[in-house]
Amino acid sequence: MSLGYNTLVVLAGCALLGLACGTVGAFALLRGRALMADAVGHAALPGVVLAAMIVATLGGNPRALPPLLAGALVAGVLGVLAVQALTRGGRIREDAAIAIVLSSFYALGVALLSHVQTMPQAAQAGLGKFILGQAAAMRAEDALWAGGIAAFCVLICLLLFQRLRAACFDPDYARVMGLSVARTDLALLGLIVIVAVAGLQAVGLVLVVALLILPAATARLLTHRLPVLLLVSALLGALAGALGAAASAFEPEWPTGAAVVLAGAIFFTLALLLAPERGLLPEAWRRAHRRIAATESHFLRAAWEAQEAAGAGPGTAGDRWTPIAALAAARGWTEAYASRLALWLALRGLVARADREIHLTPRGAAAARRAVRAHRAVELHLLGLGATDIAGADRLADLVEHGLPADMATRLLAEPSSLPASPHALGSGAFSSQADTLGDSENATTQNSNAFSSQADTLGGSENATRQNFSVRPLRGREADRD
Amino acid sequence: MTVTDFLRLDLPALLAAILACGSCGLLGSFLLLRRDSLLGDALSHAVLPGIIAGFAITGARAGLPMLLGALAAALLAVFLIGLVRRVARLESGAATGAVFTSFFALGLMLMEATGARSVDLDLDCVLFGQLESVVWLEAQGFGSLLDPVALAALPRQLFLLAAVAVVLAGLVALLWRPLHLLCFDPDYAAAIGLPARGLELALNLMVAAAAVAAFEAVGSILVVAMLVCPAAAIRLLTDSYRAQVLGGAALGAALGALGYALAGPLPAAFGQSFSLNAAGVIGTLGGVTVAGAMLLRQLRNASPKPAIISG
Repeated sequence: MSLGYNTLVVLAGCALLGLACGTVGAFALLRGRALMADAVGHAALPGVVLAAMIVATLGGNPRALPPLLAGALVAGVLGVLAVQALTRGGRIREDAAIAIVLSSFYALGVALLSHVQTMPQAAQAGLGKFILGQAAAMRAEDALWAGGIAAFCVLICLLLFQRLRAACFDPDYARVMGLSVARTDLALLGLIVIVAVAGLQAVGLVLVVALLILPAATARLLTHRLPVLLLVSALLGALAGALGAAASAFEPEWPTGAAVVLAGAIFFTLALLLAPERGLLPEAWRRAHRRIAATESHFLRAAWEAQEAAGAGPGTAGDRWTPIAALAAARGWTEAYASRLALWLALRGLVARADREIHLTPRGAAAARRAVRAHRAVELHLLGLGATDIAGADRLADLVEHGLPADMATRLLAEPSSLPASPHALGSGAFSSQADTLGDSENATTQNSNAFSSQADTLGGSENATRQNFSVRPLRGREADRD
Repeated sequence: MTVTDFLRLDLPALLAAILACGSCGLLGSFLLLRRDSLLGDALSHAVLPGIIAGFAITGARAGLPMLLGALAAALLAVFLIGLVRRVARLESGAATGAVFTSFFALGLMLMEATGARSVDLDLDCVLFGQLESVVWLEAQGFGSLLDPVALAALPRQLFLLAAVAVVLAGLVALLWRPLHLLCFDPDYAAAIGLPARGLELALNLMVAAAAVAAFEAVGSILVVAMLVCPAAAIRLLTDSYRAQVLGGAALGAALGALGYALAGPLPAAFGQSFSLNAAGVIGTLGGVTVAGAMLLRQLRNASPKPAIISG
């Protein structure tokens, strides 16, 4: 099928309807009213069928669109009123009311439809397209209608922009400013009814709600700013409408509504996965990056402190190679894990490796010094605040030192230019029971509970408090992953 | 109308309506009390791709693969709704709407792509419900009710519906008190160590099973209607948990029977010739019932209450 005049008309019509739905949907979503479109869409069916019956009885053409849409509009408004009546008592919440209205109105429509099919005037012809949408049946004047409706909705949204924004984000402020939220809500409901009814022939009543929700939800993943959100939502709605219409133009068997909604769903899925700030993959990437960076700095610090414990500093005459096994013991890692880390850091050019031993490169030594400095700055700061538990301070510093701004260590340290000495002994024997660190905490939760019980035993200030009392809850593990 | 006609045409459809509406009415109360009524809407739409996939993989219109596929789709939908809520920071209604419409659209597309529509699965069944197609052609008279051979030829949907109804009733009886707690005080339920998440999952699976079993016979929309209307009507009239759950089931079953009778057999019995889609009539009755319950409640509230003497 070539891109003939008819196809272009259908494409334009669906795109314009998508534009209107996207614009109104953004406000509907922000105001928590998006599902009203579901009630309106389903409630329209009996209106459409009754209108067709009346037109057919009067001898008119039951396929003419305006009477059918008028019927849909009346029924849709009745549906909205029914939802509001049901929720008035407070006994039935809005979601239940929407479910009641959409199912019983639709059921009435189905019953009426089965009656119309027995009528002689073939009044049922073309009614099926309202259920799943059939954009191919659109004619030029339908597309014009769609364009007019889209322009109307966009215009109203722009005119009421301030009121709608106030109602969506800060109803109390709106009230203080003398803007009637109830009236704004009424206008929004009116817009929802209009776009839902207008979208019926393109998307169908079962799925029209998706055209309001999906573009707006996608836009919300991509931006925080309302004007941008509106623009993105409107454009995505238009794109989904056009793509769906194109798909069903090339494959006439495909229901247009399903194609439009799938296009919108694909956009939404992509945004869900890839949105820079909120998307799942960037989030996972950031989390992995943080974890790797923390582990790296722990490794480098351990390498530095191993040198210090041996009485030599990197770059000094006594600079020597450190066995990986010693680092693993100091951090409580398995040796295999420490070897993998060494390989990774060697690839990054921060350490040199030879025969199960490592050596900090100049770049690695600089990074290690920064890590040691940050760690000790936090540790000393905590001790300076009156912490008596050196092991706990060490552990807490392990947790917080990674997110510090660049100049924080300088501001915390009394002697900014020098590297302070560690307040505790270094090496694997320093805290023999401190096996777990930020880097690998598979068993953090169990260790933590042990730490708490041992803390309870030693709270009285017994001698071995420093050795056992790791009262700092690890921020990683299950608790932190939930955020 | 002869006995044989009744047995062949009306009895299976009537039983299917009663079983489907009764099962949905039973579960509806839990959804309503948990403020999760839209979940019925969502699951009854979201099972479509699972049903089609089950059909496409096995290539047969068998009950079990379709049921399993539908349960898998329902689980996936519930998981995705939670994920979308969290990641996109949507309120639960919008997240539900985004997920179930996508699933339904996918199901419609799969229906075309796998050719399921032309072969075996009728889209009209899904959208409108076709109780009238549940027939028992082997019935010869009341004797057939005791004849194993004839009984074995009862429509397949009926067996599935009956099995699901029995299982659901058993589960509800078994989980009576935990579900009670879960509905009214989920925090307390979690505090005393009830596996709240497991219970929620079980409830979701039960709703999905009811939706699937009822899908072909009565259509997805009637599932939605019966999951919410009887429960809402009873909710307007009682505060008792027992009355709510059992009354919901009874009202659902009664609506199913009454609606089916009003749709065709009753007018026919009085010599009228018209007949309506039974699922449509049942669903409409559901809405009318809620409206009636609303009126009843207002009348009751308007009349002066007798003084409560507590002793």
